[in-house]
Amino acid sequence: MRFFEFFRKAPKSASLAKDRLSIIVARERAGTRTGGADYLPQLQQELLAVIARYEKIDLSNVTVNLDRHGGSEVLELNITLPESQPAAPPSSPRPSFA
Amino acid sequence: MSKVVVVTSGKGGVGKTTTSANLATGLAQEGLKTVAIDFDVGLRNLDLVMGCERRVVYDFVNVIRNEAKLQQTLIRDKRVEQLYVLPASQTRDKDALSAEGVGRVIEELKEMGFEYIICDSPAGIEKGAQMAMYFADEAIVVTNPEVSSVRDSDRVLGLLAAKTSRAELGGTPIRSHLLLTRYSPAMVKRGEMLSVADVLELLGIPLLGVIPESKAVLQSSNKGAPAILDETTDVAQAYLDVVSRFLGQDRQHRFIEDEKRGFFGRLFG
Repeated sequence: MRFFEFFRKAPKSASLAKDRLSIIVARERAGTRTGGADYLPQLQQELLAVIARYEKIDLSNVTVNLDRHGGSEVLELNITLPESQPAAPPSSPRPSFA
Repeated sequence: MSKVVVVTSGKGGVGKTTTSANLATGLAQEGLKTVAIDFDVGLRNLDLVMGCERRVVYDFVNVIRNEAKLQQTLIRDKRVEQLYVLPASQTRDKDALSAEGVGRVIEELKEMGFEYIICDSPAGIEKGAQMAMYFADEAIVVTNPEVSSVRDSDRVLGLLAAKTSRAELGGTPIRSHLLLTRYSPAMVKRGEMLSVADVLELLGIPLLGVIPESKAVLQSSNKGAPAILDETTDVAQAYLDVVSRFLGQDRQHRFIEDEKRGFFGRLFG
């Protein structure tokens, strides 16, 4: 009922905005301002290509992040392997030149 | 000594042109020879806000292409001495602005004795916006207390730090100032709007001023007379403070707190 909603305390939208922005701004700064960190998407792709030789995974299973804590930078790799499927034998998906 | 100041934001509609018009007018009112350049090629607006749209003969692109002389292109304001407008072109393509051409015009303006050259940037982060900031000594980043505007301002700060003459030549970095516009203290108090402190913390640049959300902005653009010319409005007061602070004077920040207005205040405010 409208009448009761009036008395319910609504979440403060401004604090939501601030939280969302803190994350976005930190991430975009890490991506664009460190200089030299623009290889992250490519690193992600190449890691994926290597892992895909052994495991069936997709892009969303590999995340690459660069965080800054004080003066130091932390490169964070997070690779989630699928649970149930047995590891495919590394039957050389690479083109063989033999 | 001339100073080149870019008024930029990334996002559109936050108040870049309003700020450029008021800042330029305010500086000229202080007796400083000032020109406002409209960099929004294709979407000319500054002339309208400044009320000189019917006096545009040549434009910025004509000057860059040597089709007109700077002297005959500059529009002298009829209300304030020392105030000039360099209008944008309405028809040409965005590639008409080249770093070489813009740099030449700015040099010529400096030689003409302009103390402040205000570059009104177009929205976005494309060539027009980058040209507007390229030669800047100082930047005024206009931001609304709203998520997309804050994010875009942050992107623009990245560009100011990387894609400008000062950044490329390794000079002292551009000094950036935050101008928070369309601020509503009452909404902030209710937790419905990002506060000045929130935005300052997110963007990390010093605060030049806060412009309250006000009908006076629309009314002044309707008339083609920058709000700062009518000192009775809150917006004019806020911009007068901004001009003083920009010139290094100490002014306490106003329009940040929700002022209790009485019944009559609300009735006639």
